[in-house]
Amino acid sequence: MNTVAPPPDLLEIQALQAKLVSALRPILAEDGLLWEPEDTIPYECDGLAAYRRMPLAVALPENEAQVSRILQVCHAMNVPVVPRGAGTGLSGGAMPIAQGLVLSLAKLKKIVDINPFTRTAVVQPGVRNLAISEAVAHLGLYYAPDPSSQIACSIGGNVNENSGGVHCLKYGLTLHNVLRVRGVLMSGEIVEFGSLAPDTPGLDLLAIVMGSEGMLAAVTEVTVKLVPKPKLAQVIMASFDDIEKGGNAVAAIIAAGIIPAGLEMMDKATTRAVEEFVHAGYDLDAVAILLCESDGTPEEVAEEIGRMTAVLEKAGASGIRISKNETERLTFWSGRKNAFPAAGRIAADYYCMDGTIPRRHIATLLRRIQEMEKKYRLGCLNVFHAGDGNMHPLILFNGADMDEWHRAEEFGTDILEACVELGGTITGEHGVGIEKINSMCVQFGEHERELFWGVKRAFDPAQLLNPDKAIPSLSRCAEYGRMRISGGKLPHPELERF
Amino acid sequence: MSDVQIQQFREQIQHAAASKTALSIQGGGSKSWYGNPNAHTPLLTSGFHGIVDYQPEELVITARAGTPLATIEAALAEKNQMLAFEPPHFGAQATFGGAIGAGLAGPGRISAGNLRDYVLGTRLMDGQGHDLSFGGKVMKNVAGYDVSRLLPGSLGTFALILEASVKVLPKPASTASLRCFISEARALKVLNEWAGQPLPLSASSWIGSGDANADGELTIRLAGAVAAVQSATVLMKSTLGATELDPAIAAAFWRDLREHKLDCFHALGADDALYRLALPAACPPIDFSTLASSGTQQRVLEWHGQQRWWHGPADASTQAKVKAKAIEHGGHASCFRVGSNGVEQRFTLLSDQAHSAALTAVQAQLRKAFDPSGVFATGRLP
Ligand SMILES: Cc1cc2nc3c(=O)[nH]c(=O)nc-3n(C[C@H](O)[C@H](O)[C@H](O)COP(=O)(O)OP(=O)(O)OC[C@H]3O[C@@H](n4cnc5c(N)ncnc54)[C@H](O)[C@@H]3O)c2cc1C
Ligand SMILES: Cc1cc2nc3c(=O)[nH]c(=O)nc-3n(C[C@H](O)[C@H](O)[C@H](O)COP(=O)(O)OP(=O)(O)OC[C@H]3O[C@@H](n4cnc5c(N)ncnc54)[C@H](O)[C@@H]3O)c2cc1C
Repeated sequence: MNTVAPPPDLLEIQALQAKLVSALRPILAEDGLLWEPEDTIPYECDGLAAYRRMPLAVALPENEAQVSRILQVCHAMNVPVVPRGAGTGLSGGAMPIAQGLVLSLAKLKKIVDINPFTRTAVVQPGVRNLAISEAVAHLGLYYAPDPSSQIACSIGGNVNENSGGVHCLKYGLTLHNVLRVRGVLMSGEIVEFGSLAPDTPGLDLLAIVMGSEGMLAAVTEVTVKLVPKPKLAQVIMASFDDIEKGGNAVAAIIAAGIIPAGLEMMDKATTRAVEEFVHAGYDLDAVAILLCESDGTPEEVAEEIGRMTAVLEKAGASGIRISKNETERLTFWSGRKNAFPAAGRIAADYYCMDGTIPRRHIATLLRRIQEMEKKYRLGCLNVFHAGDGNMHPLILFNGADMDEWHRAEEFGTDILEACVELGGTITGEHGVGIEKINSMCVQFGEHERELFWGVKRAFDPAQLLNPDKAIPSLSRCAEYGRMRISGGKLPHPELERF
Repeated sequence: MSDVQIQQFREQIQHAAASKTALSIQGGGSKSWYGNPNAHTPLLTSGFHGIVDYQPEELVITARAGTPLATIEAALAEKNQMLAFEPPHFGAQATFGGAIGAGLAGPGRISAGNLRDYVLGTRLMDGQGHDLSFGGKVMKNVAGYDVSRLLPGSLGTFALILEASVKVLPKPASTASLRCFISEARALKVLNEWAGQPLPLSASSWIGSGDANADGELTIRLAGAVAAVQSATVLMKSTLGATELDPAIAAAFWRDLREHKLDCFHALGADDALYRLALPAACPPIDFSTLASSGTQQRVLEWHGQQRWWHGPADASTQAKVKAKAIEHGGHASCFRVGSNGVEQRFTLLSDQAHSAALTAVQAQLRKAFDPSGVFATGRLP
């Protein structure tokens, strides 16, 4: 079960730290091990800054052999290890564990091999997502999964969160674009999941490593698929004066047999916030704006844009604009891409949620969120991957006010429970981490959680690799259940949970 | 009705667990030849059928394991949608659960991806009779480990699939198939070059005889927007001198290739085996004539050369040579179907892979987590 032990006293911690440091120093370069608080403080949280904890130490290996030796040492000393990529995660997956080591894979950032003929690239885990596409652009190829954090996030983190972005509706998530992963088990053993061939003998273990949030293996090398860069991309910007119409338009496009290269939505609050920031000429009266992209050969794009325009008109769009050139396409997208910084400008803090629902319920969820804004007295911007039903409500609050933060947290939890109730899930792409661990108790029953623990133990019998994340203990859920129910807040307790 | 059946599955599983015996899960039961043979008591899913939910605008279908694949495909076709991985049927009995258990994909795999890529969620029964749900019906989901995706290809050795939700896709607006006679090496070269360009390649096959120097029949399928298919057709005609196939002939060809009904799959002598090699992209031609001198030695390449079929002797020594050849090229091989005198062990063992000891242990532990009493330990998959 989860290993939340009572905190030992300060002297014990210092002794453990000294022991760990002296065991790890011979393995690492001079600047490859940090333990002074002023050096380790940048590692106390990931992109979810609300949850912080100081680690015992931070190790920055430069190669796989060092990773293996570090894990062997920690395994022998019974010290928990939290792997970390770029730290852009939004669910606290890379947040340190007290009395644990942070294993930063950031220095493993070589592009090992690019093969245009097999359309593959072999990269170390610390390579940034966008750096892969940049390195192969001259070959007319790119790496398709494009999380909005792609300038910063690492491919190792992408594998562990099964990340996706605007393009994954058409081109798939990380899972669909990775052929092979090398990694190190907590025991220090080096393993390989998947292969360059189309399948692997035995069980498909690569599939279970995808999205495993650093709990099964430390990823040390990833072989990705590269795909041909489309010759042209064009985007339609459609306005709607009604949420219902906008939501239905999303379903109508898919039902018409079209899989756009991107299908994103922004609500009015978001449009207003971003327009002030990017001046893209958005329709400020629209209740919802849809961005529908088509890519391919010029003939293909012309055909698809024509079909999508017809569907959007029929769905009741109040305005339609089609990008005339690449500059205009990027302008249309600039607001969507800058929604997060724009939220940061209009509120002291924002809390980005991540849940997924069947597409046909988009309007229902948006209306529910409007009610929750009143209930929690907090604003919320909605900007999301509509084509996937993957919602990212940005709850605005002031972090200096603890009461506002608690209301924001409750607001977020309510949204996730609404997602489950509508037949969806508590996290589409950001992972469970520490943030949504209680919501796991809502989505999964006792036996399902027990099986998750069985999976964890199969890879990491000592349960030292990023424990306390993603999979809640049975007692945690019992406690959470009591808490939620006694507060009278669990909506629809009579409904069978997904 | 379904509750009663689920209760019956539970009782059969719990009884097997208590008596420490194994159950061989069977859907259509149409291919006991696939996987390692066993003689355990069958657990039959064919009575547990029906589409549970199908929302075309969500691109998801959920069905019970015993639903005939044909029923699913007919429901999808009505809405102009399809299973993009094109699972082989082999007989009207083929079921949805069996397709997932077998984990196989047809010609579309090279462009559309594997069956596993399309599995969104499953409801399954573990070796203790627990009724569990993992994943869901939405495209994006990282809540908990992706347990559902361990089941494709597990050949019933892990858990009983009760229901599954899979992603479906719209049928392409347009398709065309082209054919020409060229060498294996040239076919592999053009296919891999084209795969690196934005062309609507959807499937390919090259069929050749035992003579390594003779030209073979290359067939290419294009699928996508009308304009894209048209311009690629022009390109391929001029580059390869290819001719376009009549749509009905083309559809029959791709179906018969998928179902192994083409002549090239037929001549399987009693002492022969149909070998399957799964290989990395751009793997050069493999000279099989050095592996054996008897048999028809027919060769079939699919998936731009990443899946290759070869007829050869079924004896253990040839089997070992084929395996070694595949591993030398970074892939793996299986003895897919054997003639009547076939050897027992049909699948590549994991121990042939590098770094396997640790993963073999992981796999064994995973099996225990799903099935502590070995109810599904039929040995069908090593
Ligand atoms: C502004 C912003 C926008 C975002 N947009 C998206 C989006 O569109 N789509 C999306 O999917 N995500 C998005 N994210 C979330 C985040 O960027 C992704 O989840 C990303 O994949 C995390 O990568 P990272 O390298 O920063 O990982 P980290 O945050 O360092 O770690 C994430 C998890 O992976 C584990 N991990 C990291 N590296 C390794 C490794 N080498 N081996 C083993 N475990 C490892 C960690 O333990 C942790 O559990 C966004 C984040 C921000 C801040
Ligand atoms: C090239 C090729 C040739 C093929 N040739 C044939 C052929 O000649 N004949 C043929 O029948 N099939 C053949 N297949 C495969 C097969 O047609 C399909 O995969 C089919 O859908 C299997 O369905 P079934 O119900 O008949 O499977 P079954 O034979 O009943 O089962 C297949 C496997 O899945 C497992 N399984 C079945 N149901 C479940 C469940 N609910 N939960 C867990 N595991 C389950 C079984 O234990 C078994 O290991 C071929 C496939 C390919 C790619």
